[in-house]
Amino acid sequence: MLSKRVIPCLDVRDGKLTKGIKFKGNVEIGDPVETARHYYEHGADEIVFYDITASAEARGIMLQVVEKVAETIFIPFSVGGGIASLEDMRAALLAGAEKVSVNSAAVKKPEIISQGAEAFGSQCIVVGMDVLRVEKSPQCPSGYEIVIHGGRRRMGMDALWWAKEVQKLGAGEICLNSIDADGTRDGYELKLTRLIAQNVRIPVIASGGAGNPEHMVQAVTQGRASAALIASIVHYGEYTIQEVKDYMHQAGVKVRRTW
Amino acid sequence: MIAVLNYRAGNLTSVKRALDHENIPSAITDDAESLAQARGIIFPGVGAAGSAMHNLRNSGLDKILKELLARGKPMLGICLGCQIILDKSMENHASTLSILPGSCERFQDELQDEHGDPINIPHMGWNNVNLVKQCELFQDVPREAEFYFVHSYFPVPHKDLVIGDTHYGREFCSVFGRPGLWAMQFHPEKSGRPGLKILNNFYKYCMNA
Repeated sequence: MLSKRVIPCLDVRDGKLTKGIKFKGNVEIGDPVETARHYYEHGADEIVFYDITASAEARGIMLQVVEKVAETIFIPFSVGGGIASLEDMRAALLAGAEKVSVNSAAVKKPEIISQGAEAFGSQCIVVGMDVLRVEKSPQCPSGYEIVIHGGRRRMGMDALWWAKEVQKLGAGEICLNSIDADGTRDGYELKLTRLIAQNVRIPVIASGGAGNPEHMVQAVTQGRASAALIASIVHYGEYTIQEVKDYMHQAGVKVRRTW
Repeated sequence: MIAVLNYRAGNLTSVKRALDHENIPSAITDDAESLAQARGIIFPGVGAAGSAMHNLRNSGLDKILKELLARGKPMLGICLGCQIILDKSMENHASTLSILPGSCERFQDELQDEHGDPINIPHMGWNNVNLVKQCELFQDVPREAEFYFVHSYFPVPHKDLVIGDTHYGREFCSVFGRPGLWAMQFHPEKSGRPGLKILNNFYKYCMNA
């Protein structure tokens, strides 16, 4: 049976982690390659790098990071943030990323999804969706709206409609981030997660709100997500990935426990 | 040296990186001479059956490959490289290499997951392989190890060739072949330590073949 995936997310700026990561045992690491190696060796099923670099020169630094990561870990990893063209996708995939994630760029020009899927295969193309809870309206009948630029700009676009649309365009996976839940540590937005996961045939990664392993269990059971994205709960030593997975296993969730 | 077959499709570099990491000498090549000199061949692949067959036929690699295998050259097919050695694929209705008997089918839309919901297609993520036959590639690989899959089509080889199967909405064959000619649907190069072990076992076999 397919395992539910546990995916740590690392924010990178100018080739370094935005915040130093402190694992259990107080080892502080600022280098994304070493951090990726740590998570690889400790049972992460996949790793997401989110590049928040603004300048074009620093993009090259990120590609060097991607190359080093690809030589170091032998599980899939994806790169997102600032991927805005086919050339950006090709560069990240050639450097060794398994998948690329597009978010704002896909909302602005949806054809980047179909072009990417055509050129590199659907399995490489992850569409990141930032979603805000809103009043139901004719424009947003699901009560969830797509926002871009890290939640700063509302697009007047229904999240459920957009999820079906990106599937149609050839996305291989959706990374679904709830702006309302993000940073709260109160749990994932389960209603949203389930709504999207049950209405598309491609895998959905739940993102935003994880505060403990029980939240992750909820994301993949009630929420029907295929995977749960985590950041702070493993980055600062509160839990190891092993502990998270042991908890999920005891709760009856199939997770990968041999690595 | 292990030759990673270059047929201008799919992710060749990830296999190469995994071999480099394990200090297994290798080269990405489509040169008949190099393929003949290699101790073994890895047939990697991500992509569609139709365009891959097109590239193989245009370059004459289909014939070269068949000749080498007939002479006993060890080979490991991965993902598309596992599907394409069978007779035909439902993907693009392609007739494929016919190195081993069988075909390739698509996961049916009506298959269900553990919640009774329709399964996601592609099958993407980590899953187990249940060995129905002993296989030296799995030597010292823990039985409960999982492997990384990403595919919408699965191989249906002749039943005598089945080595391992996997459950995803149904049972499907995930490893098949015979000694010296193996095919696996998952990606050993993306499956962590158990996957790297399989690549090492293949190399060991090639060096002793």
